Amino acid sequence: MDIKGIVSRLEKTDPGAIDRVSGENEITLNFNDFNKAMQTLHDDKSLCFDMLVDIVAIDRIDRMPQSHRFDLVYILLCSKDFSRLLVRLAAGEDNEVPSVSSIWASADWAEREVYDLMGITFSGHPNLRRILTWKNFEGHPLRKDFPLEGKDFDQQFDTTSIEDY
Amino acid sequence: MGIENQLTGDNILVTSLNKLVNWSRSNSVWPCTFGLACCALEMIATSLASFDISRFGSEVFRPSPRQSDLLIVAGTVSKKMAPMVKRVYDQMADPKWVIAMGACASCGGTFQSYAVLQGVDQIIPVDVYLPGCPPRPEALLAGLMKIQEKIRTENLNQRPDFKPGERYETQVPKVELIR
Repeated sequence: MDIKGIVSRLEKTDPGAIDRVSGENEITLNFNDFNKAMQTLHDDKSLCFDMLVDIVAIDRIDRMPQSHRFDLVYILLCSKDFSRLLVRLAAGEDNEVPSVSSIWASADWAEREVYDLMGITFSGHPNLRRILTWKNFEGHPLRKDFPLEGKDFDQQFDTTSIEDY
Repeated sequence: MGIENQLTGDNILVTSLNKLVNWSRSNSVWPCTFGLACCALEMIATSLASFDISRFGSEVFRPSPRQSDLLIVAGTVSKKMAPMVKRVYDQMADPKWVIAMGACASCGGTFQSYAVLQGVDQIIPVDVYLPGCPPRPEALLAGLMKIQEKIRTENLNQRPDFKPGERYETQVPKVELIR
């Protein structure tokens, strides 16, 4: 389904959920209607986005404080006609984004990765803990204000400092 | 732990035994099956037919650290992996040697990052550092020959695992006959 069909279908079920349509396959959703609109994108017979490929988080610290700090991009795929849709969502630093792991199971690990590397928390996630770094790691390494070399770069490494290996 | 604990002094018997033990050890350095990144592929290529690490008596890659003498740290050691590397080293029985293969294992390589250990010598002692990204199989063989050279010139009672006078005794369980 092309972008016009997707938008008109979504406007019918969740009016006002779409904030902006940009490009050939990208929509921006409003924060409040996000979870409901995602459920529609998954459940609706004609839309049928049954696969969540990945979740991308972008740190827009350079645009603060005019806009929200983070952009989340959900990449959806319909396995019937292989159409793709990018769903963009703006999230502030203290926003709890509603988890979509109950809609797409693959969101479980993807949201954990976003939480680990960007520090965005998801409400309703069954098991939100770090996935790539270790339990007592300080900070979120892919944020723009995180030092590339880490905080304790020049210090001797101690293997016992890693709690869960 | 074993024979070197009984060796004291520098007489003709001890030095000859040194030579014999070192010669036998240097020609059967069994490496541990342990690869972390792309260097592991070069390590595998070294063990295959065209380079043939068995010419140096090291073809027996042991799947258990308890049976191996040499730890080839082949690849990038991430900080999350570091406790496992140390654990594998600690589980190896003495005498043991370590090759830090490639730039990453030696000093962190190109990864000057929060996630990568800047040289495996921060957690375990290293005998030979191999430069290269990744080193060619010939380089690994050269490193292995350096290890052999080190073993052959070693004085047994100067090894770190040397504890003078300590005997290794096998524990024989006492069996009492019931009449």
